[in-house]
Amino acid sequence: MTRATTSVRGLWSRLGTTGPVYLALVLLLAASAVYVATRGGNLFTTANTVDLFTRSSLLGFLAIGQTLVILCRSLDLSVGYVAALSTVVAATTMAGDPSRILLGVGAALGLAALIGLANGLVVTRLRVNPFITTLGMGLIIKGYLDTNFQGPAGAIPAAFQTFGYTRIGVLPVSTLVMLGLAAAAVLFLHRTRTGYHMYAVGGDAEVARLSGVRAGIPTVTAHVLCSVTAGVAGLLLAARFGTGSATVYGNGYELEAIAAVVLGGTYLLGGRGGVAGTIAGVFILATLDTVFNVLGVDPFVKDVMRGVIVIAAVAVYARGRHSRAAVRVRFPSGGAPPPPAPDPGPRPEPEPLGGRR
Amino acid sequence: MTSPTTAPPAPRGRVPGALAALGRGGAPTVALLLALIFAVIATQNPSFFEGPPLMAFAKKAAPLVILAIGQYLVIVSGEFDLSVGSLVGAQVVIAARLIDGEEAMTLPVIGVMLAFGLLVGLVNGLVTTLLRVPSIITTLGTMLILFGAVRYWTGGAPTGALSEAFRVPGRGGVEDLPFLGQLPWALVIAAVIAVAGVLLMRSPYGRSLIATGDNDVAAAFSGVRVWRVRTLAFVGSSLLATVAAVLIGGYAGVTAQVGQGLEFTAITAVVLGGVVLGGGRGTVVAAVLGAVTVEALFTLFNQLYLPSTIQPTVQGVIIIAAVAYAARRGDLRLPERLRRRPDHPTERPLGTSRR
Repeated sequence: MTRATTSVRGLWSRLGTTGPVYLALVLLLAASAVYVATRGGNLFTTANTVDLFTRSSLLGFLAIGQTLVILCRSLDLSVGYVAALSTVVAATTMAGDPSRILLGVGAALGLAALIGLANGLVVTRLRVNPFITTLGMGLIIKGYLDTNFQGPAGAIPAAFQTFGYTRIGVLPVSTLVMLGLAAAAVLFLHRTRTGYHMYAVGGDAEVARLSGVRAGIPTVTAHVLCSVTAGVAGLLLAARFGTGSATVYGNGYELEAIAAVVLGGTYLLGGRGGVAGTIAGVFILATLDTVFNVLGVDPFVKDVMRGVIVIAAVAVYARGRHSRAAVRVRFPSGGAPPPPAPDPGPRPEPEPLGGRR
Repeated sequence: MTSPTTAPPAPRGRVPGALAALGRGGAPTVALLLALIFAVIATQNPSFFEGPPLMAFAKKAAPLVILAIGQYLVIVSGEFDLSVGSLVGAQVVIAARLIDGEEAMTLPVIGVMLAFGLLVGLVNGLVTTLLRVPSIITTLGTMLILFGAVRYWTGGAPTGALSEAFRVPGRGGVEDLPFLGQLPWALVIAAVIAVAGVLLMRSPYGRSLIATGDNDVAAAFSGVRVWRVRTLAFVGSSLLATVAAVLIGGYAGVTAQVGQGLEFTAITAVVLGGVVLGGGRGTVVAAVLGAVTVEALFTLFNQLYLPSTIQPTVQGVIIIAAVAYAARRGDLRLPERLRRRPDHPTERPLGTSRR
């Protein structure tokens, strides 16, 4: 390992993960604008810009919460279902009556918080793998919704529908709320004790515990906040649709939110990253969607492109990250991870590896 | 619950005795659960165990068993394969489109499907291991890609038809047996794959796979080529998904929804068998039993006349409960091990002070 590469790596690590993501976003915007222009279109018309921001707000809510959970080295696959439940609860509680708006919002967010609390407690107390916990919770909600709500339910009063449609200039109110929430989340992560503890627990739960962090609290908090932001996303959906729609869970929101988080440079295994990067990831996905829309790309091709882009982006990040984290921290005596052994004799794998040490 | 009372806390934690084995959350536990479910089914429908109904059940359960074995290979090596559901759907659609009702095309198309499965597995594995993309993201990406590509290719709805010969493995069987009536080919295929899986896990490759899932750095230091072992696991999963697709296509025919959500059902099955997400623990037999248990549960729901929409709820409760039960014992090291995921740079720091 030469001095030059080390200093380059030092620079890379000082830049953090957020810088490159915003750089990628700017490059993507520029490239798409140019490409759309060569096809005789204009990416930055008012309609397209509004479309871009509108797309980003919904995904943003989901991704902000998902970031917190992933930072704690957990995962939430239930956000799509929580959002669907929240639309139904809000719509049926409000029932078209403007005086019940607060009640409806409170009921939806309160229920979402309870679900998050349940997720968090199952993960921390019952020690169930978060993947399974939230997948199971999602299935539970899905069963409830499918059984009780076949079609649209309830009604959203016009006063609350403004949350979905009002905009200031090209900026929809919902996007402003989302950005405000993102700012709050950034402050929360960098200014509060629980925020720091989230990084600690995500980095290494055992070390965090030995340092006096109660590992359960940040994780449970993250799950509660994640479900609440999913509830907010549900409110936004309800405001747009004007009614409660139980079937929105089928849109794959949870996977898209995870993609945005990972695209934003947050490490899927916890402890590294942040909400600022996630917002860039959200805008990257929203830009892609808008561009596909402007170009009239077949929706199925869109899925293919999205898959390719997410894998490629993560592969690019993984290169930078592993070169400095895995190699340098893990093998301080210098040297890469062991090369494949030259003598692959049929060595019996010692069974105690599978046991506990 | 049983371990603190039945034995002094031996440092190894290996508590002898059948009771403790039942409580350990592996194959014995899920076998007990399966026996319970079968008992309930038997009280509801005594004729269930009279040969033909049982064989019909086996025919229905076989694809999930095969998928669970494939998912097991990937999970025990410390990764996930979320693309199998999409792959099954894609393969069935490909088969229908290419065969288009012509009997002569059956074998060549099955060859094409196997090659396609091999390709998908290779891409999943190599992207995960060489490009170091977390497998959740990789296979999520391939899931989206397959989903979109197949629908783009067919223009949204599946076209073509399967040949009769193609449907034989999923539907047919050895007919006119004395007690069983029909011995479905699906059951034979699943049994052969299960035995092959057990033998595979006892081979040097299987040992390397488990060692990799348990601690990939230690495995690398002991001479395991981690990337190759894991890539082969992904290839195995995709090939088995292809076999499952042949059975599912033959059994249920071609629809646009084929395969949807199967990846989660397969993961549920594997987890129910006590295989630890994160790798390094669990057996093929447990995964197979888990798959049969999940299928038995669905059968039980049907017999209890539960509305089919409530099934997800029960399934959700069951997976959480099963994993919580497996994690419940008083072993303090377990939570950390359970929640461990592979490839984490600060995991078990070899090079730090603890050496």
